[in-house]
Amino acid sequence: MELLLVLILGLLYAAGVYLILRRSMVKLLLGIMLLGNGANILIFVLGKITKGSPPVINEAYKVFQEIYADPIPQALILTAIVISFGLTSFAIVLLKRVYALVDSDDLDNLNTPEEEDI
Amino acid sequence: MIDNHILAPIFVQLFTAIAQLICWRKTLTQRYLSVGGSLIGLMVAFRLFSRVYEGGILTLNAANWDAPFGIVFVADLLSVTLVLLTSIACFAVSIFSSVGLSRQRMLYGYFPIFHFLIMGLHGAFLTGDIFNLYVYFEVIIISSFVLMTLGGRKAQLEGAVKYMAMNILASMFFLTGIGILYGITGSLNMADLSLRIQEVQNKTLVGITSCFFIIGFGIKSAVFPLYYWLPSSYHTPPSAVAATFGGLLTKVGIYAMLRIFSLIFVPDDFTRTLLMAIAVFTILTGAFGALIKTNIRRLFSYLIVCHIGFMVGGIAMFSKAALMGAVFYLIHDIMVKTNMFLIAGLIRQLRGTMDMNKLGGLYGDYPKISLLIAVVLFSLVGIPPLSGFWPKVFLFQEAFTQHQYFYVAALIIGSFVTLYVIAKMWSEVFWKNPPASEEMENLFAPMPPYKKILMVLPIGLLALATLYIGLNAEAIVKVTDIISTQLMDPSAYIDAVLGNKTD
Repeated sequence: MELLLVLILGLLYAAGVYLILRRSMVKLLLGIMLLGNGANILIFVLGKITKGSPPVINEAYKVFQEIYADPIPQALILTAIVISFGLTSFAIVLLKRVYALVDSDDLDNLNTPEEEDI
Repeated sequence: MIDNHILAPIFVQLFTAIAQLICWRKTLTQRYLSVGGSLIGLMVAFRLFSRVYEGGILTLNAANWDAPFGIVFVADLLSVTLVLLTSIACFAVSIFSSVGLSRQRMLYGYFPIFHFLIMGLHGAFLTGDIFNLYVYFEVIIISSFVLMTLGGRKAQLEGAVKYMAMNILASMFFLTGIGILYGITGSLNMADLSLRIQEVQNKTLVGITSCFFIIGFGIKSAVFPLYYWLPSSYHTPPSAVAATFGGLLTKVGIYAMLRIFSLIFVPDDFTRTLLMAIAVFTILTGAFGALIKTNIRRLFSYLIVCHIGFMVGGIAMFSKAALMGAVFYLIHDIMVKTNMFLIAGLIRQLRGTMDMNKLGGLYGDYPKISLLIAVVLFSLVGIPPLSGFWPKVFLFQEAFTQHQYFYVAALIIGSFVTLYVIAKMWSEVFWKNPPASEEMENLFAPMPPYKKILMVLPIGLLALATLYIGLNAEAIVKVTDIISTQLMDPSAYIDAVLGNKTD
């Protein structure tokens, strides 16, 4: 299980970095999303995966008797997912708007001579 | 000491923003609420500052969870000083934006978002939990994205794409760093991390983790190889927004570096050399970039990059005197850089352009305003006894003690280039005869007098704060002395956080 997740997260990071280095705006967006998911899985893996022992204490005891699944990484991932959802949706709208204005998907074309505003 | 007042600056901004959301489309009410809320925020921040200055570090355990387990808010002197400075800048910018911003932008929610941004800044300064710091960083960047794109002009959106991509990337690096840090220590509380990181056997892994934080915060604070997004986006939004960004956002990166590297990853030789190299190159590239720009705001953007290098160098030397210099420079820089962008906005209002080739003769037409601006420019350059001078004394002294001659050379070059570009700007904008062109539009003269006052007042306020920092440097040195002592020896911070069991 760990090995599979490690491979997946390596793949996600690699693909994300590769896509961010491309010049297309859509690929930039996809790259950011892949990196975000890679980071989430990284937190999950590093939180030490424990199978089948939820962090719930038996009524008879006061403390945990055996190793339990750490709930904190899951809370962190949940927060990170929500945040990256918000950021991604903003990015999609922004890139769509830029595409409509510039009429190009190439990041190198984003150099309109400056106009001024207060 | 447990104290609930720590959250007050955050809540003041939050409730101001919520009240403004209720008054959606009523821009006049929003303006009153913004200035009023900022004023209350300033008073609250001042009270918190004086409490911490007199009574020592305050902490607050959220929902009464004991320290290493729950989220903890910590107000040590560095945090509250920055909260105070942010509140002053917020007050000035909110006055300026009440007259300096088009109504169209206000209709689309400029003021609520501005206050959410300030709330994020306060939260980032006050939190003692590293994941919470990440969350506040996200609050800051999502608000800044909206502020950057508000208005939707082409150049603005193009700048925003670069700004957004780099900042999200920085957050990803930061999040990855946090993930690894949690994996090797099992804690998120910064005070707890400080103790646990020393027990980790695998020092190489700790070093690699610290690199993630250097890259993440490096992008945010715009240091050498990672700064390109800043000059290509900061000249696009309205001046009030640029002032908030230029004065405060990059400084959060510096604050986070100060915090993380004093508390968790105490710099070893490798980190110091890396940070020092970054600092030297940041100063040089920022300075050389500023030399060739003719647009005032682009010039200021490069000066931001240049001066970030001064502070990173202070962190790299990591001794008491160096940190005093870095923190003093941080205090000075927040006030001055915010003011510089407000001044750029005022110049644009007076002349209708920010291109130095098309400007001229401001001193002849507006001598009083020009003199006010001169005070700020002199402070930026660091003419003794104004505020830019004192931190450099500490930085030079420490650089000579530690034989960091490259840094000394970079400091001298950076300071001279700053002097040169500001002198050039002064002669071009204020002394040169105005070019004989008819396109000059003066938007300032037809404004009603109260609006004129509201536009100049924030610049005057910030100039007064700068003058206070410069002329009463002894008080600031006292504050920075305590701050750097706390940073060099974090045991007081750790005791304050972990010693506070509620049972």
